[in-house]
Amino acid sequence: MYNDSVLGVAAAEASMPIRSNLSFTCNHVNLYYGSFQALKDINLKIERNKITALIGPSGCGKSTFLRTLNRMNDLVPGCRVEGEIMLDGVDAYKDVDPIVLRRHVGMVFQQPNPFPKSIYDNVAYGPRLKGITKKAELDEIVETSLRQAAIWDELKDRLKKSALGLSGGQQQRLCIARALAVNPEVLLMDEATSALDPISTAHIEDLALELKKKYTVIMVTHNMQQAKRIADRTAFFYLGEMVEYGDTQQIFDNPQKERTIRYVSGNFG
Amino acid sequence: MTVDMTNSDKQYLRGVDSGLRRAHLFDEIATAAFYIVSGSFVLLLIAFTLYVVWGGVQAISPEIFSFSETGIGNQFFNTVYLVFLSLVISVPIGIAAGIYMAEYAPEGRVTNSLRIAIETLSSLPSIVVGLFGYLVFIIMVNTQWNLFSGALAVSILSLPLITTTTYDAFKALPLGWKHGSLALGATHWETIWHVMLPASVGPIMTGIILAAGRGFGEAAALLYTAGMSTDINWSVWDITSPVCPLNPFRPGETLSLQVWASRTEATSASAGDVAAAASAVLMIMVLVFSIGARLLSRHLAKKSEGENA
Amino acid sequence: MDTSRQQNMFRREYLGKGIATVCGLFLIVLTIAIGCFLLGKGSLTFTQFDHSITEFLFSSQWKPSDTEAGGGQVGALIFIVGSILTCALALLISVPFSLCTAIFMTKISPQLGEKIIRPAVEIFVGIPSVVYGWVGLVVLVPLIKTVFHVQHGQSVLAAAIVLAVMIYPTITSVSADAIRSVNSKYIEGAYGLGSTRWQMIYKVLLPAASTGILTAIVLGLARAFGEALAVSMVIGKMRAFPDSLLAPTNNLTSAIASDMGGAMDGGEFNAALWSMALLLFIISLVFILIIHALSGRKGAAA
Repeated sequence: MYNDSVLGVAAAEASMPIRSNLSFTCNHVNLYYGSFQALKDINLKIERNKITALIGPSGCGKSTFLRTLNRMNDLVPGCRVEGEIMLDGVDAYKDVDPIVLRRHVGMVFQQPNPFPKSIYDNVAYGPRLKGITKKAELDEIVETSLRQAAIWDELKDRLKKSALGLSGGQQQRLCIARALAVNPEVLLMDEATSALDPISTAHIEDLALELKKKYTVIMVTHNMQQAKRIADRTAFFYLGEMVEYGDTQQIFDNPQKERTIRYVSGNFG
Repeated sequence: MTVDMTNSDKQYLRGVDSGLRRAHLFDEIATAAFYIVSGSFVLLLIAFTLYVVWGGVQAISPEIFSFSETGIGNQFFNTVYLVFLSLVISVPIGIAAGIYMAEYAPEGRVTNSLRIAIETLSSLPSIVVGLFGYLVFIIMVNTQWNLFSGALAVSILSLPLITTTTYDAFKALPLGWKHGSLALGATHWETIWHVMLPASVGPIMTGIILAAGRGFGEAAALLYTAGMSTDINWSVWDITSPVCPLNPFRPGETLSLQVWASRTEATSASAGDVAAAASAVLMIMVLVFSIGARLLSRHLAKKSEGENA
Repeated sequence: MDTSRQQNMFRREYLGKGIATVCGLFLIVLTIAIGCFLLGKGSLTFTQFDHSITEFLFSSQWKPSDTEAGGGQVGALIFIVGSILTCALALLISVPFSLCTAIFMTKISPQLGEKIIRPAVEIFVGIPSVVYGWVGLVVLVPLIKTVFHVQHGQSVLAAAIVLAVMIYPTITSVSADAIRSVNSKYIEGAYGLGSTRWQMIYKVLLPAASTGILTAIVLGLARAFGEALAVSMVIGKMRAFPDSLLAPTNNLTSAIASDMGGAMDGGEFNAALWSMALLLFIISLVFILIIHALSGRKGAAA
């Protein structure tokens, strides 16, 4: 659709024709906040065009891990990441500028965070940063993105209205459209439904299932039912470690590790 | 408290002893005092305002409002022009400094130094700023008193205000906006420029209006920078001419300096009238600006409420 | 490719960041520059013209020579006393009234406070000081003259009243903030023990807000100390110790405002005036330090 300098380096282009079925590959990832170690030796391979859920009790490091994938943790003073995180064969920490990385790894946050601008300007924000100024082109991107986020029909008549006037569920879908407008490879969802009502949550879940056809979706959720409903793969985090990772069904029906069994069964009583 | 228990065994809830009576009396006296003092505060302001404005009205004559040596027209123009110049200087620097402080300055030594600097600047007596301006902008560059130097001196006074309002406005923004923008691959500066600054326009505008209001009334800082004389020829529009109204490098007495001068150099008979009229105009400007700032911030508060609903 | 990306980053990040950084650091440099210039010019009295700090602070012999040779006397005690006297008196007048208003607008009638007092305070703060001075000159000074039958109405009292009116809104609004932030559990506790409102106010509310109120007073004092033109219009500018509150005297700011224009640059007179400006600067720094110490105390108490 528009010029897209994939991760900026030749390695990425080389891997393009024979895209492996892996998106992220994490090897021995350790993360420290000052002297506190928040992630301990995480090894994880995330598959393309699947929904991967990260579950675990609060404070277990699942959100922290999610934020290492698009280097949002770079913003935290005193935060240090060790190990290797590869995206499409490119080291996300050594060979990629974080700003370029974030265009390819979109993120949706726990609280819907539309900018205090119009709906149109929210979606066009990312493309404009890339230097796209032609109105026809922007119009097309906005429409495509809003359609992908399944909210075009609701919003098409009020594109110039402030995004802050939307309901929470609409705001969250707008934020998804905003993330899709920069044409990412991966979409990270950080407890994206926890601030929403059940109906809006169902909308977002349906949307995620639709989106995985085109994107790789990685979601953090505290709601195990949700992981069970829509995730293909599930990783269980506990105290900064990744305890177990496998097909969702296996994690919930036949967990191998003692801590996973306790967590999964405890919550289903 | 001494309650006679034998007599008031069951009557204790109705018993009102002298201590309690006194306490109630004091309470009523105090309440009355609070009403009286606060009421007289408001009355004082009203009386003060009416007196100044009425004084101005009485002094009205075509001559007073003329753009000549005996009127206040030129001084009015100088005041507006000087405040405009000072805002042109202090608004960009102040906003940029506020952004630096809120977004870029490393925590610790730099932020602390900035804080101390802002506090020091904002507590400087304006006469001291005036002296500094006199030394640096007039004596050291070896020039005569001029509007531009006055504008620089006023800028020193308004910089801390604009910087703090910008800083506070940025710090009050939801973190989600910043993170949302960064997660879309915007740089930090793009986030500031396209998201955070537009979202902070309201409070920053209020700060600028307050700074402008203060600039209109400033006098001590201008005494030895902008100068106490003005000589404008309204038919000369060559900006390099010393009598051209728009030439910033000419002496430019402002309204507040005119009020002050009428006291110290009361040579002409109409000096009292001039001071009365100038005071009234200053007063009205202050009212307009403070009401304007109030309306603006109320309007913005309402607007953001409406958007969130 | 690498250079083009760097150019891109220059436009997208480094340019803006650079400008913001320069402006931020400029504020620090400006403050240091002002401090250095004041220190440099203000210390000439003691270095170049060989006067002692004791003479400057504690002598009332003021005859600086307007030459580079020097040799005059630079005792600024009269001005210092004038400043302290007018400010102290202004506080004495202003503080009780300010506190009453602050309590009224927060605890007695918050509605009236919000609708009327607060806007009034904001307008009061914004009135230019020369307007205060001018009204003082044409209303207050003649009034003092007729009421007390003195020769000139210009006096310590007139200056103090003008200053009191000027710092009234500052003290009121800052102490109102302090009172508003007193934890309501103290207030409920006081009522729960059967206090009347007045007992609650002076036994619980005022002590609990005392740090904030002190801060308000120091802020007011700082404003009064630095005020120049309004005071100079009504103080009489007489270089003598006042023998009563109705006598004229002079203060630091008025002396600087009226004499600086006539003092030759580089002369002893000029240097002595700069020393007075330096003194004002140091006093304003001391006020900042006091406010910091107070807020530190508040932090420790909380």
